[in-house]
Amino acid sequence: MSDVILSIKDLKVKYGGIEAVKGISFDVREGEIVTLIGANGAGKSSTLRTIAGLVKPAGGSISFKGEDITGADPTEIVKRGITLVPEGRRIFADLTVLDNLRIGAYLRHDSLKEDIEWVYSLFPRLAERSWQAGGTLSGGEQQMLAVARALMSRPKLIMMDEPSLGLAPIIVRGIFDIIREINKRGTTILLIEQNANMALQTADTGYVMETGRITLSGTGEELLRNEAVQAAYLGT
Amino acid sequence: MSAVTLEKKNKKGSFLALIGVLVVLALTIVLENVLDPNANIIVFTALKKGAVYALVAVSMNLLNGFTGLFSLGQAGFMLLGGYTFAILTIPVEARESVYYIFDGAAINFSLTESLQNLFGGSGVGGAVGFVLGILVALVCAGLVAAFFAWLIGLPVLKLKSDYLAIATLGFAEIIRAIFQWEPLGKITNGANALKSFPTLNNFNIVNADGQIVLRLSTFAAFAIAGLCIWLVVLLINSSYGRAFKAIREDEIAAEAMGINLAKHKRMSFMISSFFAGVGGALLAMFMNQVQAKTFTSTMTYEILLIVVLGGIGSVSGSVIAAFLYMACSEWWLRFLDVPTAFQSEGRYWTFIAVLAVAAVLITLLLLWRRKKGGAKKLGEMWSAFLPGVVILGYDIYYLTTGSRDVPFLNSGFRMVVFSVIIMVVVLFFRRGLFGDKELPYVLRQIGAFFKRLFSGGKKTVAANANNEKEGGANE
Repeated sequence: MSDVILSIKDLKVKYGGIEAVKGISFDVREGEIVTLIGANGAGKSSTLRTIAGLVKPAGGSISFKGEDITGADPTEIVKRGITLVPEGRRIFADLTVLDNLRIGAYLRHDSLKEDIEWVYSLFPRLAERSWQAGGTLSGGEQQMLAVARALMSRPKLIMMDEPSLGLAPIIVRGIFDIIREINKRGTTILLIEQNANMALQTADTGYVMETGRITLSGTGEELLRNEAVQAAYLGT
Repeated sequence: MSAVTLEKKNKKGSFLALIGVLVVLALTIVLENVLDPNANIIVFTALKKGAVYALVAVSMNLLNGFTGLFSLGQAGFMLLGGYTFAILTIPVEARESVYYIFDGAAINFSLTESLQNLFGGSGVGGAVGFVLGILVALVCAGLVAAFFAWLIGLPVLKLKSDYLAIATLGFAEIIRAIFQWEPLGKITNGANALKSFPTLNNFNIVNADGQIVLRLSTFAAFAIAGLCIWLVVLLINSSYGRAFKAIREDEIAAEAMGINLAKHKRMSFMISSFFAGVGGALLAMFMNQVQAKTFTSTMTYEILLIVVLGGIGSVSGSVIAAFLYMACSEWWLRFLDVPTAFQSEGRYWTFIAVLAVAAVLITLLLLWRRKKGGAKKLGEMWSAFLPGVVILGYDIYYLTTGSRDVPFLNSGFRMVVFSVIIMVVVLFFRRGLFGDKELPYVLRQIGAFFKRLFSGGKKTVAANANNEKEGGANE
């Protein structure tokens, strides 16, 4: 087994008086694809946003590569090698595809040429649209751009918040192929999904979240076969 | 796959832009030395004020258009810049008379004089010292404005949109009140004007007899404003500029990319205020005096109007709108302020010619919009008839009364007409003249439009060329 790269211990997140995440613990190992599945409001997005530093935790600890990063600001977290592909893609609509990518690499000061060539080889569609405004892309292309933009900071761990949201099944399959491809090249992936079927098929390890707590865990295959999971998330 | 191109802007483009700027600068020198500035005072007022307003509009656009922070503190920062410049540069012997109400100034030091003396007092050395002194004072004016921006940015930049606008507007009003406060009289001269400091006219080169050899006052305004605008353009095209735009587009996504929101907002606010301060100093140099009561919120609204008319997020749009705005309010519409405006035959026909050109332009615009599927509403169609209605009305008036005097044309009427023009412009260009595009793009669009207009049926060629430029949307 490879080393634990991200370790979450008893993490709590509160918005005002409402506790969205009620003390969860899990580990992500280097080179793995880990998925958190669960219904709306289970606290999945809050967990990712807290790891990314966009929300401050109300309790618990987060450590990355053995160092404590609890409550660090987003700039620090991106610098350490964690990037978030936010929910709903959130690309910069009026900027060109290339500028979107450059902003993804904002904290880097070396040459971007190789990285841009690399993401363009992953997503040839984006290369064709390099000078087009991000907002003119289709939903699937925008998702590709969001992933490509996150890759530009050369992250060790990339977190994706519902990459399949609102996309046609064939496009979703393409996105998951890309996720596997990125993972093969050595980037660890933490994925949250409502499309439990695709996510569990892709993931090495899965966790099921319900109302702010982790209720089940196991390998992707184990969870796919689990009856409770099947009943609740796979609709069989 | 072909090699990735990281630079779209070809060297030719920036070279052409540089040539364009140099030509404009050369033209200002030629114009000012060929035309008599005293006989054509309105023209040069419009040009100099246009240059100053171009700079402050661009600085406001940096904040409002590129960073997405809606601030209305521009007049306050200009005031800070104007006063800083004046206080630093009033000659020492003139201070007694300027501050006579307060029995002399608290600060008895003049930056321009000190540097002039350092470079040998008079002649070429003196001139170098003088110009250097002015430049240093301009930078100081900007720095003071930027410092205050940093100070109020700490609490204020946490606010968003309208709330930020109100807070910065309040700041500008407070600054104006403080500078008129009597106890500070030894520094600010209270509610009285500061004068006697170096002005744009001091850039004119004089010979030993005091006669002007070469007029450079308009050139100086253009050169300083141009330099500052160039710096803003460099900033906008740098990675900082991209970060600003990212914040404008989506704060959460920008933050997730590691962009420190507070730091970059503060930076944009300070840089914008720096150039507003320099602009305020330039305005003081243009007006030959500086007085707190001129820096009202009306001034901020004027600048905002220029930014909106030019296009939020377009530097060249702001520059061109600033000159058009100043030309209209100071020059082209002035004739509307006197009842005898159309007394002379020449004036009358000029007026009709201008209206005819306006009617043709509006018709062309309507044609263009019709092609794009717009201009179907009556509310837009009537604007084409407007010039005709005006001419007809005037003719009927002339025929019935036999008088060419228009009684309601008196002081201030030009602003009524100006407001109508602005409303019509906004009707046609909802996102300002340039939108968020820059001049070269707009020129290409205009070129393509005329090509389409004259090629008639052969639409496809032009349409394809257009698609190539914009890059087709989804297939």
